[in-house]
Amino acid sequence: MTELQYKETVVFERPTALTPTQTTYCPGCTHGVAHRLIAEVIDEMGIRDDTIGVAPVGCAVFAYRFFDVDFVEAAHGRAPAMATGIKRSLPDRFVFTYQGDGDLVSIGMAEITHAAARGENITVIFINNANYGMTGGQMAPTTLPGQKTTSSPTGRDVELAGYPIQMAELIASIQGTSYVVRRSLHDARNIRQAKKAIRTAFEVQKRGLGFAMVELLSTCPTNWHLTPPDAMNWLKENMLPVYPLGDYKIHDAVKSAGI
Amino acid sequence: MQNEIIVSGFGGQGVLFGGQLLAYTAMDHGLHVTWIPSYGPEMRGGTANCTVIIADEEIGSPLVRRPGAVIAMNKPSLDKYEQLVKPGGVLIVNTSMVDRSAEREDINVVSLPANDIAEQVGSSKSLNMVMVGALLSALPVFPLEAIIESMDIHTPERNKRFLPDNVKALRAGFNHSA
Amino acid sequence: MTKELIKGNIAFAEAAIRAGLQAYFGYPITPQTEALEWMSGRMPELGRAFVQAESELGAINMVYGSACTGARTMTSSSSPGISLMQEGLSYIATSEVPVVVVNVMRGGPGLGNIAPAQSDYNQAVHGGGHGDYSPIVLAPANIQELIDITYESFDLAEKYRCIVMIAIDGSMGQMMEPAELPPFREIKKEHPAWAIVGAKGRKPNLICSLNIDEVEHEKVNLRLLARWNQIRKNEVRFKEYYLDDADFAVVGFGTAGRIALSAVRAAREKGIKVGLFRPVTLAPFPEKQIEALAARMKGLLVVEMNTGQMLDDVMRFGKDLSPVRFYGRPGGVIPLPEEILREIEALATETIPADIHPRDLWFDRLTAELGLTYEAA
Repeated sequence: MTELQYKETVVFERPTALTPTQTTYCPGCTHGVAHRLIAEVIDEMGIRDDTIGVAPVGCAVFAYRFFDVDFVEAAHGRAPAMATGIKRSLPDRFVFTYQGDGDLVSIGMAEITHAAARGENITVIFINNANYGMTGGQMAPTTLPGQKTTSSPTGRDVELAGYPIQMAELIASIQGTSYVVRRSLHDARNIRQAKKAIRTAFEVQKRGLGFAMVELLSTCPTNWHLTPPDAMNWLKENMLPVYPLGDYKIHDAVKSAGI
Repeated sequence: MQNEIIVSGFGGQGVLFGGQLLAYTAMDHGLHVTWIPSYGPEMRGGTANCTVIIADEEIGSPLVRRPGAVIAMNKPSLDKYEQLVKPGGVLIVNTSMVDRSAEREDINVVSLPANDIAEQVGSSKSLNMVMVGALLSALPVFPLEAIIESMDIHTPERNKRFLPDNVKALRAGFNHSA
Repeated sequence: MTKELIKGNIAFAEAAIRAGLQAYFGYPITPQTEALEWMSGRMPELGRAFVQAESELGAINMVYGSACTGARTMTSSSSPGISLMQEGLSYIATSEVPVVVVNVMRGGPGLGNIAPAQSDYNQAVHGGGHGDYSPIVLAPANIQELIDITYESFDLAEKYRCIVMIAIDGSMGQMMEPAELPPFREIKKEHPAWAIVGAKGRKPNLICSLNIDEVEHEKVNLRLLARWNQIRKNEVRFKEYYLDDADFAVVGFGTAGRIALSAVRAAREKGIKVGLFRPVTLAPFPEKQIEALAARMKGLLVVEMNTGQMLDDVMRFGKDLSPVRFYGRPGGVIPLPEEILREIEALATETIPADIHPRDLWFDRLTAELGLTYEAA
């Protein structure tokens, strides 16, 4: 028998900044995609040894299990305050928070707003999936008008429960910020753009240019009661009109740094 | 030995510094001393006061109901504290800001127009020093020279220009009642 | 020895700086604001971290983050602000990171007022945040003691990886006394092995108060308790005055304790053999000492600026051994030596009914004296 000759080419592998751990996310949820993008950026920038993550309360509460970097676990909404404390004591490390919409927009509104106002030199990754995922799909500040959730069973009534908060727009309006964009994870093209934005946000921190936030529109198939593909479509059709993608703040210093 | 002195007046009359000067001098003499202000809304224009306790052993309460001496720089202070001075104690009254006489006969009342005296010797801002000078004359906790020396030591460089007027005011208050 | 006339709020701030404080996070609140102001100038001047946070909630979580890096970190506040910090304190205690907190207590409950009080005793010693944990709580009674305790508090916090809370009141924050500041310590250069600093050459560290597996979290609880037991064994502190030949003892901490000292001296002048026991650690509480004291004395008088919070602890260890009497002024009112002297005289002459709680007896006495009537219990 002749020996079969073949050459192995790696076309895809786990980023080293991710641990070989199965995540706790539901099938089709885009948290895993967001994790991977962050890990790829950490790998590509070679900053694994100098990176500190701050986990939220929410579905990503166990984020520290999935990243191979030093981590702390914050109280609900307080990640930007904790990140501030870390960054002020270790200014040469990369500090990022990973927060959902309940964490960042609702209970943590004060902490995120003031971290932005101070221009803290941190990177915030904000996952917006229009509901509280971990506790079972309740209405979030980001829930769309008319959207049914377990705590808005007849749909979000804006007369009683108000309107969604557009966080990228709000944070971008604060003078202290440097880089604030919204991207989406509903298809490959958008995922590539999301990664570029995450890279930029870390590059902003590397250069000491201040506060950077990347809002990522994400799916929650389980609580939306949709299949993963349908969830992608639902995001595209319903969330994009309320949360337009775009660059909401790119400070001149970021532009001139060419990143 | 324990002396309890309350300095009281309007905010802006130098009440707190008057008390601090006594406290600095006590410290420089190796004595135990506490200085405690009334704090809060009354600091803004209302009546301000501080309590200074000088002793030769560890001080217990930093506050007293019945002080041994009171410097009353205005009428509300006189009204508030006259009846509280311990029998045999000292009450210094600034007649420039008070339209009545003290009534107590079982205490040593020293009345003097501190604003006018201060103005005569240099600056009306030094009225607190006139009052402290008068206190030392009636209650010789320290010699006058000691307090002048402590004031010199503890006045920050930027405020040294006020020293000559303050010293003159201290002496004028002391001599007025001597 | 060079003494300075120094105000309490500035004394503890500067003492912390000299102890090698690396980061301070706070929020203005009377009567502790001078500490924040002092830090705002001194910390940046020394190249150290200072942030005036958006709230006490923000501040304590900045403290939490900074402490996770192993940096010497503190905050200070006053009662309502400390209430707001309890969330973070519970997380910090569970995460076993060393933190120093100063509470310049004021009149409560609620917004209360800005006058001095000791009504956060239970919050500091028995309660505070959710869950089973105990911070070390120290109650100095004069400015030198405040300085010395603050200076040492970081070592204690690091030794036991716990919260050290320094509980003073508004009067001590505002008071000036001559005191000596300690020498500057060098800033620590090494990070502890547990710290979050970047996982260079090792597996990642995690600082976390979450254990979804309850069996694991039970172990965390037991580890915290084991450490607390060491603290109870090693760190009890107190001061005694005139107790050698005493028949009666006043028990009071902080400002109430030092006010009682004046009353004790006055009572001694009247021939009453009374002394003062002043707990310096409220937690760990001087249990054995109170027990021994109660066994020796004919009666104890507990004096506090609250409605009898430490009283319950004194009763727990002393009530079977000695009659206990209580006197307190809550809400920001400071008891004066005359009031305590009167209580000492009553302690020495009156029989204390054994079947009525000292708090009830005091309540009736005080409300009668103040001319207040309330619905009977």
